[in-house]
Amino acid sequence: MSASTDTYVPKTRVGRITNFVDTRVGGSSIVKEFGRKIFPDHWSFMFGEVALYSFVILLLSGTFLTFFFDPSMAETHYDGVYVPLKGVEMSVAYQSTLDISFEIRGGLFMRQLHHWSALMFVASVSFHMLRVFFTGAFRRPRELNWVVGCVLLILALAAGFTGYSLPDDLLSGNGLRIIDGVIKGIPLVGTYISLLLFGGEFPGTDIVGRLYVLHILLVPALILLMIAVHLFMVVVHKHTQYPGPGRSESNVVGFPIGPVYAAKAGGFFFVVFGILAVIAANFQILAIWDYGPYDPSPVSAGTQPDWYIGWVDGALRLMPGVGEFVIFGRTISLNVLLPALAPAGLLFTLMFAWPWIERWVTKDHREHHILDRPRNAPFRTGIGVAGIVFYSVMWAAASSDLIATHFHVSLNDVTYWLRALFFLGPILGFIVTRRICLALQRKDREIALHGRETGRIVRLPHGEFIEVHEPLNDYKLYRLVNFESPEVLPAQPNKAGHIKRSEKLRGSLSRFFFEDRVAPVTRAELEAAHSHHAEVEAPAEKAEVSGR
Amino acid sequence: MGDHSHGSPSTSGTVATAGQSDVEKFQDPGLPPHRPRRADKDPRAEKRAERQVAILFVISIIGTVLFFVGYFGIRLDDTIATLRFQNFTLGMGTAFAMLGIGVGIVHWAKTLMPDHEIVEERHEVRTEEDRRDAEQIIGQVLDESGISRRPLIRNTLIGAGVLAILPAIGIFRDLSKDMNPEVLRHTMWDAGVRLTRDPSGTPIKASDVTIGSAFHVIPEGLNEAEHKLEEKAKAVVLLMRLNPDELNVSPGREDWNYNGIVAYSKICTHVGCPVALYEQHTHHLLCPCHQSTFDLTQECKVIFGPAAHALPQLPISVDDEGYLVATSDFHEPVGPSYWERG
Repeated sequence: MSASTDTYVPKTRVGRITNFVDTRVGGSSIVKEFGRKIFPDHWSFMFGEVALYSFVILLLSGTFLTFFFDPSMAETHYDGVYVPLKGVEMSVAYQSTLDISFEIRGGLFMRQLHHWSALMFVASVSFHMLRVFFTGAFRRPRELNWVVGCVLLILALAAGFTGYSLPDDLLSGNGLRIIDGVIKGIPLVGTYISLLLFGGEFPGTDIVGRLYVLHILLVPALILLMIAVHLFMVVVHKHTQYPGPGRSESNVVGFPIGPVYAAKAGGFFFVVFGILAVIAANFQILAIWDYGPYDPSPVSAGTQPDWYIGWVDGALRLMPGVGEFVIFGRTISLNVLLPALAPAGLLFTLMFAWPWIERWVTKDHREHHILDRPRNAPFRTGIGVAGIVFYSVMWAAASSDLIATHFHVSLNDVTYWLRALFFLGPILGFIVTRRICLALQRKDREIALHGRETGRIVRLPHGEFIEVHEPLNDYKLYRLVNFESPEVLPAQPNKAGHIKRSEKLRGSLSRFFFEDRVAPVTRAELEAAHSHHAEVEAPAEKAEVSGR
Repeated sequence: MGDHSHGSPSTSGTVATAGQSDVEKFQDPGLPPHRPRRADKDPRAEKRAERQVAILFVISIIGTVLFFVGYFGIRLDDTIATLRFQNFTLGMGTAFAMLGIGVGIVHWAKTLMPDHEIVEERHEVRTEEDRRDAEQIIGQVLDESGISRRPLIRNTLIGAGVLAILPAIGIFRDLSKDMNPEVLRHTMWDAGVRLTRDPSGTPIKASDVTIGSAFHVIPEGLNEAEHKLEEKAKAVVLLMRLNPDELNVSPGREDWNYNGIVAYSKICTHVGCPVALYEQHTHHLLCPCHQSTFDLTQECKVIFGPAAHALPQLPISVDDEGYLVATSDFHEPVGPSYWERG
């Protein structure tokens, strides 16, 4: 061991410093491992990067804000520069938020940057998850990383919610009041949870301080931890890649970290920062001085929660006022409990469990590193869109009053329509999406078999007009024919020869998912199509997708 | 395009046929040939790209200067316009500083750095050899610790571990000193407490309340109360006057209104928002948060939306001087339902 330190003698000062560090921490092996590691390139892989960078910007701007924010709910009378609020009774938290906005140079910019980054963070996490879902990137070996991602989404919502409540303005106070109402609806322990959370009766003088600790310490620490686990697993698995010529399940095709990917990804951080700065410079968000300090009596009509809370608020609005009953002197209010928990519970359970559900139905236990084009997994794409529609209906319901006033329709009618769409929308979304996927697959098939339409019309000697089709080159052709199309896998008997009920359910789900399918073009078919083209173009029957 | 198909649906191949072999699959043609970029072929294009990157970096420098111009050059006064202008300058300065660097680096990577795609092999997440070694190590660890051979140690450790978590939960009990749900039943209202205007606290004469008018009301003495916000969160009331003929008064509530003047809790029975909107000609109260609608003529019964029970009514009368007073507290808890509400 002792000899190894002497074999290499660096010549420059930088070299000496580098060598010093290297011989203490083993940097060479890290450089060897990561310096030229390959990452595939695709625009849709950027959502995850946007999420990561928004979070970094949140940490930077948030740290600045903590130097000036005071989470105390003690009463004070405003004596700052904003004239309309002079002398008004308010909490110290609200006053310090006003001071950050009006008296700290750059404070308003930091507040707006922080808030906009938070919206961007949740949005990019959501889009990233949709990308992963629709391309099947959650399949083996990445199921656990999908779960970590789901946890990160929940943590992102928690971070957003705890932050939203800090300024102690009218909006955040009313938001807290709604949360308090929902908590009180929990059977058995709801009242106690509410009393513990608020340190007594709502609103109390503790809640802002408590949420502050969660917001600046606990939640971000958990997010950082989860991000570390998330990225570690990305390194272990290597990144997925889209299908295409030269790309297989056993390789990764892309650019090396150094220099191209590091430059692109590193540069992209500054791009994200710059775009968020443009937004924060130009678009006002949460002008708390317009709303005033929290007071349990007033409320402004037409206010909206931050976008990512909207769907839960919308679910609360959609529920009809039924389901409150008293048994043995105890009140159960399903009118609050059901919309607050059921849709979120359903959505998150399906989200967490989906990799296992799909594996169970398809019995596909192989590793997948090549992504699916969404059209080539019509059932999954359909389910995903059904989920999006389900979410969006609730989200729209959170703005039902604004829809009514902007489009001059009755508020009640908007609610009735959305209630119907809550149930029908996902079903319609599934059917329409799956049909579109199948249609796109058939279009791909046609292009693979017969080439690209050139738009050039030729008149044959015997008078017939035909459109000339240009055959695809090998690379484009491979892109269209190289995919898997799972088939129906009927219920299988187990070793004892019985078909269990769960297996029957699996069989019928498999039928439901894969009954309608388009098979990839085979070589034989392509050859047949080509020889067919050589002959005179004869009228042919229409190809059909196999259907029920 | 469908016209170009061949054969019937059952033989066209569009229909799935079982047992497609790998022989029928297409050969991977490999990576497409690299297409050189302009900067790869033309030295002038390369120079131009280099200049563009440098210009973008200079834009970033200008952005940083702009930030400091805004920071030191704009004096905040008490007008929103100045604040907005400074926010704009600082923001756009930062934006140019960041975008200049970001776009510059990305442009550099895309035009001047090599764009040859490289192929790297994947490796198994876990090799069988590693698994066997790990299994052996874990077996040895378990064996040397003796945990599987000594269930008494194992079980008492599990028991101790589970119990040791409980104090970490129990210690949070004092998050709230007062845990009696009964506090939710009572408000500041009591017999003889005057109805006063929110937020000024001036008392209201019955004669001030004309038909069709509505008042936001707090109990007298609220502004001086020790726990002002907590009391206000339960005690706020809406006061309205209707033609007494329009009120459908249920038995037992005949003396709760005064000449058609009625008072109802302003706290929505859904999740507790203030029911702030009064539609005078329909006599409906609307909660702006979740659109629960209450009909004033039917003792604030829910007629639309997610709330499940009527707004509690505050029994009122007038005192000797003609001011409106409560004759008792609410007869039921105000606000959202809770387990102990009954």
